[in-house]
Order: sequence, then structure tokens, then C-alpha cells
Amino acid sequence: MLRLFRYLKNYKKQSIIGPLFKLIEACFELAVPLVMAGMIDVGIKNSDTSYIARTAVILVVLGVLGLACALTAQFFAAKASLGFATALRRDLFAHINKLSYKQIDKIGSHTLVTRMTSDVNTVQTGVNMLLRLFLRSPFIVLGSVIMAFTVSVKLTLIFLMMTPVLGFIIWFIMHITTPRFGDIQKQVDRTNLLTSETLTGARVIRAFSRQENETKEFDAQNDLLCSRQLAAGRISALMNPLTCIVVNLAIIAVLYFGGRSVNIGGLTQGEVIALVNYLNQILLALMAMTILVTSLTRMQACASRINAVFDIEPSITDGSESPVECDKTAPAVEFKNVSFSYHADDDPELMDISFSVKRGETLGIIGATGSGKSTLMNLIPRFYDTDSGAVLVDGVDVRDYPLKQLRKKIGIVPQKAVLFKGTVRENLRFRDESATDGEILGALEIAQAKDFVMKKPDGLDTVIQREGRNLSGGQRQRLTIARALIGSPEMLILDDSASALDLATDAALRRAIAEKTEGLTVFIVSQRVSSVRRCDRIIVLDDGRVAGLGTHSELLSGCEVYQEICRSQESTEEAAG
Amino acid sequence: MKKENSVLKPLLGYAKPYKGLWCLSLIFSVITVAATLYAPILIGNAVDEIVGKGDVDLRALGFILVKLGITALVTGASQWLMLLCTNRLTYKVVARLREELYQKLHRLPLSYIDSHPHGDIISRIITDTEQISDGLLMGFAQLFTGICTIFGTLIFMMTISVKIALAVVLITPLSLFVARFISRNTFRLFAEQSKVRGELTSLVEEMTGNSKTVVAFGYEQRAEERFEHLNQQLNTIGVKATFFSSLTNPSTRFVNGLVYTTVGIIGAFAVIGGGFSVGRLTSFLTYANQYTKPFNEISGVITELQSALASAARVFGLLALKEEEPDSKGAIVLESADGTVDIDSVYFSYDPKVRLIEGFDLHVKSGSRIAIVGPTGCGKTTVINLLMRFYDPDSGEIRISGVPVRDCTRESMRRQWGMVLQETWLKTGTVRENIAYGKPDATDGEIIAAAKAAHCHSFIKRLPEGYDTVISDGFASVSQGQKQLLCIARVMLSLPPMLILDEATSSIDTMTEIRIQRAFEKMMKGRTSFIIAHRLSTIRNADVIIVMRDGHIVEQGSHEQLLAKDGFYASLYNSQFEQDNA
Repeated sequence: MLRLFRYLKNYKKQSIIGPLFKLIEACFELAVPLVMAGMIDVGIKNSDTSYIARTAVILVVLGVLGLACALTAQFFAAKASLGFATALRRDLFAHINKLSYKQIDKIGSHTLVTRMTSDVNTVQTGVNMLLRLFLRSPFIVLGSVIMAFTVSVKLTLIFLMMTPVLGFIIWFIMHITTPRFGDIQKQVDRTNLLTSETLTGARVIRAFSRQENETKEFDAQNDLLCSRQLAAGRISALMNPLTCIVVNLAIIAVLYFGGRSVNIGGLTQGEVIALVNYLNQILLALMAMTILVTSLTRMQACASRINAVFDIEPSITDGSESPVECDKTAPAVEFKNVSFSYHADDDPELMDISFSVKRGETLGIIGATGSGKSTLMNLIPRFYDTDSGAVLVDGVDVRDYPLKQLRKKIGIVPQKAVLFKGTVRENLRFRDESATDGEILGALEIAQAKDFVMKKPDGLDTVIQREGRNLSGGQRQRLTIARALIGSPEMLILDDSASALDLATDAALRRAIAEKTEGLTVFIVSQRVSSVRRCDRIIVLDDGRVAGLGTHSELLSGCEVYQEICRSQESTEEAAG
Repeated sequence: MKKENSVLKPLLGYAKPYKGLWCLSLIFSVITVAATLYAPILIGNAVDEIVGKGDVDLRALGFILVKLGITALVTGASQWLMLLCTNRLTYKVVARLREELYQKLHRLPLSYIDSHPHGDIISRIITDTEQISDGLLMGFAQLFTGICTIFGTLIFMMTISVKIALAVVLITPLSLFVARFISRNTFRLFAEQSKVRGELTSLVEEMTGNSKTVVAFGYEQRAEERFEHLNQQLNTIGVKATFFSSLTNPSTRFVNGLVYTTVGIIGAFAVIGGGFSVGRLTSFLTYANQYTKPFNEISGVITELQSALASAARVFGLLALKEEEPDSKGAIVLESADGTVDIDSVYFSYDPKVRLIEGFDLHVKSGSRIAIVGPTGCGKTTVINLLMRFYDPDSGEIRISGVPVRDCTRESMRRQWGMVLQETWLKTGTVRENIAYGKPDATDGEIIAAAKAAHCHSFIKRLPEGYDTVISDGFASVSQGQKQLLCIARVMLSLPPMLILDEATSSIDTMTEIRIQRAFEKMMKGRTSFIIAHRLSTIRNADVIIVMRDGHIVEQGSHEQLLAKDGFYASLYNSQFEQDNA
């Protein structure tokens, strides 16, 4: 938790002014009974009506001053706590963007979303409360103890004995509830995941008529959430009553020992009353504290979840600060004995892969489902790091690049066509904000998407709904292809991205890429021989290994796996053409 | 104000079933307050026993102190029990609310889910309900004890001086009035804050959910800029909302200070005028303080309540959405479809301004295989949305086994279809659970048989924990093609009489595809199937090929017939070969 306080750094002034004014307000408030006592002692005793009137004015002035201080305190506390949360959220978001694919796979994006929203909110509420209350209650407690000392040193020992007991209670309750609040947040994550999946899978759920089962599952998790909240609540609800009992026991002790002391003439009745009053004041201050402590406990649980995200060191970071010098004579991409697996205990996904691709060359990648084609492509923009071996782009190891420089070279079209909410133009400018309409139209033309976009009444301003729901699968894919072409990439990776295109469009797309993008190094991952057969060279993957590399005709005569693939498609006449 | 009430009423409606808890909380609050108010009297009595040197009745003092001890224990215990009750009340109410929200998702029309940011919907179900529980929790706890304290002290005050008590009663509502005035304005701010927060959540959902694409395009910086824009907006509105809402407490405290002063002045003059003692004025002032305290506390939780009410408005907004048209009364439960499908002059469009499907007619005999082809975006997937009744046609009728789908229960109608979409969706869970999704009671043998038929058995076996490996949509070790195979296994297991395959094998290599094709062939014998595919192999063997263009069927017939016709299909087919030969 303490670590997060660095976010208050820019709000030092506010974080000090807030509690300070709260303190001043407390002083005014404490003065009110004294003024009233003066009125009774002096005004009434002497029947001095003008004194009483003066007192009334003083009381009102005190009230106004108190109000002004309170407002100042609230304002600065709000400023500081909101500023805190804003800075925290900003850093957290930036940090998440630095995490590698592997790390995001591991932690799961749904929990990142809850941490960014719900957890940060809780911490913000806690900070706000902390700023308003953390000085006030201890101040009143301390002041009361000091006043008690001036009355009777011996009886004040009771006050001091009470302190460790109260401290223990607060510590104990915090200690037990903190992990429970953590459990609650975990459960919130789970309900969040279920909700999110229900939304994305609405079609499948309805097609299988699984609404009831899904609801049952949600109810079970929801009930668990509720019971965890209750369990944590049961214990944190103990705080207030226990404090109350302890303080009352102290009052009893003060009365008893005070009584004996009065009996032998050590104290007066008035002094005992004063001590009891101070204890009561302490009780009130502590009550406010317990609310703060409960809130802090929750805040602690959320803060540790946020810190857990900050603790994930981005595993893939810039290889160097400044752009590296590229060797324009080296191959565009070179794989040197690359092996890779997603999880340490999985079978390796890629094994000892070596090949190189010349600038301007078109490389086809073909192989069975799960043979490692996409994985291979993910290594070029360094979405994952190799386990052994190296991937070189323009003669430089990808691990030595600043990530931005490396990824700027590569236009990638992923298998899953992800589009974002916004207009077609905004989506296409995803890589290069300054892309002109001319560039955009050019890219759309190559991607065979110009016609359908321009046919829409709003053209480039057509609004794409979440995940491109208002477009067909093929339209989405063509837009993602156009998106990859913008920002003048040096290479283009088509990761089986023509799968939703009809054959004519697919062929036209390949032809356009070949004709209109001089010097572009192109990688085409596909299942279809027809899509790769005209590539300069084709790499055949089989279970994570290179089974063959060469032109269509070379492979046709020399590579068994390729022959098999062709045969399977020949029977369908697709490869025959 | 009207808005607040419109939210408060349904919210209280949710608390209705927990009458027992309401009563218990009230009883415990009464006990707590009574004991709390009794303690000062006991302390006063004890002090009275301590008169001076040699004049302390230690036995009597001990007796009073034992009573005080018991009172303290009773206060503590009843306070704890009261908190337990309010906790239970709140969390149960919110859990029920969340449950209903979730169920609502299943009843919303797909058009709503397709067109609304998921982050915002999720934020309503998760964050807003949390806000409600926070607000209610503090609200309930303070409200109960507050009301009891007010009545308790009022009675004590009345016993001392009716006149001054009346003065107090008349002035205090002023603080409620002030609180009311402030809260009315903050409600708007909180509603706005919730809205911005929802937008922020949407953006986080979209960017973090698709962070792989974001990273691939180096979009991080701009994503951060967009985020920061909303973040700042949230800050601005948040500071305002937090500040204005926190005005209530100091303001009511100020009003209460005025009450205190008034009592003091009236009392002082009363004493000077005679008939009122200083001692009574002192205790009266103590009670006046006690009396106003709950007003402060209640106004203090108004912040939380405001925020809760704003969230409640969003929650009830979602609950009030128009649902999918429910199954008609006496809807037919389709037991086993014979496989005939009739589409009669169906008109449909997503957006009334953009016409899509117009006058669509199709009559499918049992057991036939229908391939739908046409340029991308011609409405093929829309046909599936209509067949599965994800969307209802604007006009016209679709019949299965001669029964209009509108007259069937959705569940029984959809059970007749097996659907594999191009977009894979897997639930977070084990491989086994995912395959058995449509038939949760399937045996291991059935599951493995389906996996083998879909050619995913071998790769499943290689996963770290085989069929028990937990996978999810973002699970990287399973490739896109393998995910598609799992979706196929899912349908193979439930074996419905009719099939819809929308680009079901687009990410699968051809060798596997051919094997799956064979398995489908076996499966599709006697089953009506609709296939959308780009591979001619799949299309050529279809009984009927439907060629679509801009939402219309332009041609219809077998592969040979259509080629002979030399129309749109032939040009599609030939253009492919020309280019491949080029």
C-alpha cells in the first residue's frame, strides 16, 4: 500500500492542506463546549444578558469558521485523492501495455480490467477518507490522553493500558480481513469473466440453449461472492462493538479506582468526571477510526492486487534506447536455430528452425493445423521471445531493437480480425495517425475493400461497431489487411487472413499485393496451396519443424509433406488450376 | 428528485423479501440505542456515589459498575448483531440484483449485445452493484441507529423541557433540508461520473482485451492518450462529485451548531428568568448534541447513498431494456425436426436505412445440403442469424418441419440446429467441458469419440493436462484452427438433426478438413445442412447452391446446372481459375 503513496507526490500541497484544515476545524469544534461552559459559569451566574448575547455571536462565528475549514479540507482531499487515482490509473494502463503476450496470457485480460477499474476505485475512496480523517482522530485521542495526564497520572495508566488492547484488536481484525477482501476481489474477477464471456459468446450460448446452465454457474459464483462478503463483513463488524466494550471497561476501571482514590482523598468528584469525559471523547474518535480502518483494509487488499500488476516486469522490453542501424544488405528476416514453446512444460511448438528471406521476397508458409505457422510469425515482431536461437530482421537480432522501430517495419494481419469502435478511417489509421485519405484509399484498394467501403453511405466515416459486428467476416478481414498496409511497412504478414474471403477476392488480393507493393517482403500463412503456390518460396511446417523449403515445383518433386497437402487439395481441384 | 425516487422504490422492492432481517436490525438498533443512552445515566449515578473523601459507598459503586459493565456488553453484542443483519440484508439484495442483471443478458436481443459496448454492460453488473452495496450498507446501518437515537433523545428531552425540545425539533429539519438541497445537485454529478466511468471501462475492455492487436500496431501511445483523455474527464467530474457530495456533512454540522447555540441561549434566558436549573440545562445540551449527531451521520452517508442511487439508475436502466420477444404462449416444443426448411418472402435489415435481405424465398427438402455462396458481405451470415432466430425478420416467415419458428419455443427450435461459426468461442474451462458444452451429461467415451471424429484427440492428448487442461478464448497454446476443431467436436457430440456451418473449417488445413468433411458427411446423412464456405470442394458437392448478391438470391441449382447456365456463379467460379492460372 505504502508504495502507492508515491502517487500523492504531485499533490503534496493538497495532501497536507486537507488534513490540516480538518485539524483546525476539530479545534474549533472542541472550543464550543468551553465557550458554552463560560456562558453558564459567567453569563448565567451573573445574569449578564449581554455576555450571553456575545457568547451567541462567538458560537456562530466559530461555526462559520469551522464550516469554512471543513469545506477547504474536503476540497483539497477530493483534489488529492482523485488526482492520485488518475495518476495511478494512467501508470497502470501504460504498464499493462508494456506486458508481453505471454504475461497477458498468464494473468488474463479480464482481471486486468477489474484491477484498472474496481480496485483503483476502492483505493481512491480509501485515500480520500484517509486524508480527511487520519490526523483528526489520533489528534483527539492524543489530546485527551495528555489532558488526562494533567488530572491524574496514576489513573491515566488505565488509558495507556487500554491502548495496546485496542491496537491489538485493530491489528487482529485487519490481519484476518485483509486476505478475505482479497478473496472477494478474486471472486469479483470471476463474475466479471463470466459476464464478459456471456456477452461474447451470446450466439453459441443461445444456439446450444445453455442459458439456464450459464445462469446456474453465475449464480453459484455470485452466491460465493455474497458469502465471502458476508464472511469478511462478520469480522470487520466486530471492530466497532469491541472498541466500544474496551473503552467502557476503561471507564468502569476509572470510576472504580477513581472512587477509591476519592474515598482516601486523592481525587475530587469533578476530576473523575473530567476523566470519564475524556474517555468518552476518545471513544468517539476511535469510532471514526474504525470506519477508516475498515476502509483501509479493503484498500489494502485492492492495493496489493494493483501492485501485483506493477510487479510483473515486462519481459519483452526495448533492446536499446535509440534506433539501431539496420543492414540493408542482410536478409529481411532470418531465423537461426529457433526453438520455442508457450509453456515450459509443453512440447516445443517450434524446433530448430532456420531459414532466411530476402528483401522483396514473398514467402508462403503452409502446414497442418497446429504445426506452428502462426507461432513462427509471432516471433518476427517479437510478440514472444525464442527459447533458443535468434530471429534477425535486417541483420539485427530482434531483441536488440527498440520495439517501436521493429514493429513499425511490420504490417501484420492476425487470424482473428479485431476492429475497434470508431470509424473506418480511425481504424485504418491505427498505426499511422497522419495517414491521408489517399493512402487509406490506396490500402483499401489493395485489400479489395474499397468497393464495399465506398458503397456505404458514410464511406470512410462509416462507424464500426464493437468488434466490427456490423460488418461481415470477410469485410472485417479485408479492413484488417488494409490497416496493416498503412504506415508504409517493410514487410507484411498475412496470418491465414484470407480465410474468410471468397476465392475470387483472395486471388485478386494476392495479385494486388504482388503488383502494387514493390519491395515489400510478404509472408503468407495459409492452408490452401492455391494461396501460396505462386510465392517465391514456400516453407512447409510439420509439427514444429521445417519439412521443406523451396518453390512450388521444387517442393512438389522433393517434399513428401507438401506432396501430401497438394494431393489432398488436388482432389478438390483447388490446387490443380 | 423525481429520478431518485424512481430508483429508490424498485431498490426497496428488492429488499422486501428480507422482512425478517429488517425487523431484526430494527430490534437490535433499538437495544443498542437504549443501552447507549442508558450508559450515561449509570455513569452519572456512579459519579453521584463518589461524593468526597470518606464519603464513597464502594459497595453501591461496585453494584452500579457491574450494571454498567453488563450494559456495555449488551451494547457491543447488539451492535454487532445489528451490523450482521444489515450486512446480510445488503449483500443479499445486491446478489439478487446481480443475478437478475445477469439473467437479463440472456433475454436481451442479440442486436443490443452486438451494438453496445460490453465494457459498459459489465461495469453495470459489477461496479455499479458494488457501489449500491457500499451505499446501502452504510445507509442501513446509520439509518436504523440514527432513527432510534433521534426518538430516544427526543423522549429524554421532552422529560426535561417540552418548550426547548420543541424548539430543537423545529430547527433540526433545517439540516435535512440543506442535505436535501445539496444531494439533489450531487445526484446529477454522480450520474455523470458513472457514465464517464462506464466509458472508461469500455475503453479499457477494448484496449486491454485486444492488447495483442494494440501492441502489434504500436498503438500503445495513442491508446494511452485516449485513455488519458477519459481519465482526465473522470478526474474533473470526480473532484466535483466528491467535493459537492462532501459538502453535506459540514453544512448539516453547521446547522446543528446553530441548534446547539439556540438551545444554549433559550436555556440561559430561561435560567435567568427562573424555573430552569443549570444542571438541567447541562444535561439538555448533552442530549441536544446526541440528538443532532445522527443527522450528521445520515448526511455523511448521503455521499455513499448518492453514488449508490446513481449506480442504481444505471442498473435499473439495463433491467428495463426491452427484451427479446418472449416465446408465444402455447409455443410448440419442436421435438425432432424432419429437416425441411421453408423461407417465405423474408425481408430483413439491421438498419432500416440500409436494405439488406428482400423477398427471400427458399424451400429446402429434408436431408439436402445447401451451400450459400456469393461475394463477401452479400448477406450470407445474416441468413444464419435469421435461421437461428438470433434476429427476427421484418416480414415474411421461416418454417422448420412446417412449423413457423415464431411459434416454437426458441430453445427447442435451436436444439434442432448444430452450429459452427467461423468465429470460435470457447468458454474458460477444461477441454472436456467445452466439448460437452451442448450435452453436459455426455460420457467420457462419447466425448473422446467426438474429439476423434473432429480430429482433435491427438492434440488434446499433447496438452499439459489432456482433456482436463483449462483453456479460454485467449489461450495461446491452442491455435485458431485447433479451436475450430474443438467447436466442431462440440457439435459432433450433440448431433442435432440440422447443421449450420459458417466458414467452419476456414482455419483448418486441407488434409484435416477432408477428414472432417468425411466425418460431417457421415453425420450429415439424412440431415439438412447449410454451409457457407469458399472452398469449391465443399460447395460442389452440395445438392443446391444458392448464389447470393446484395441480399437477393440471384441463382439457385446444382453445380453443373449453374455452370451450364453461365451466370453469376459461373463467373465467380471461372474468375477464380483464371486468376489461379494466371
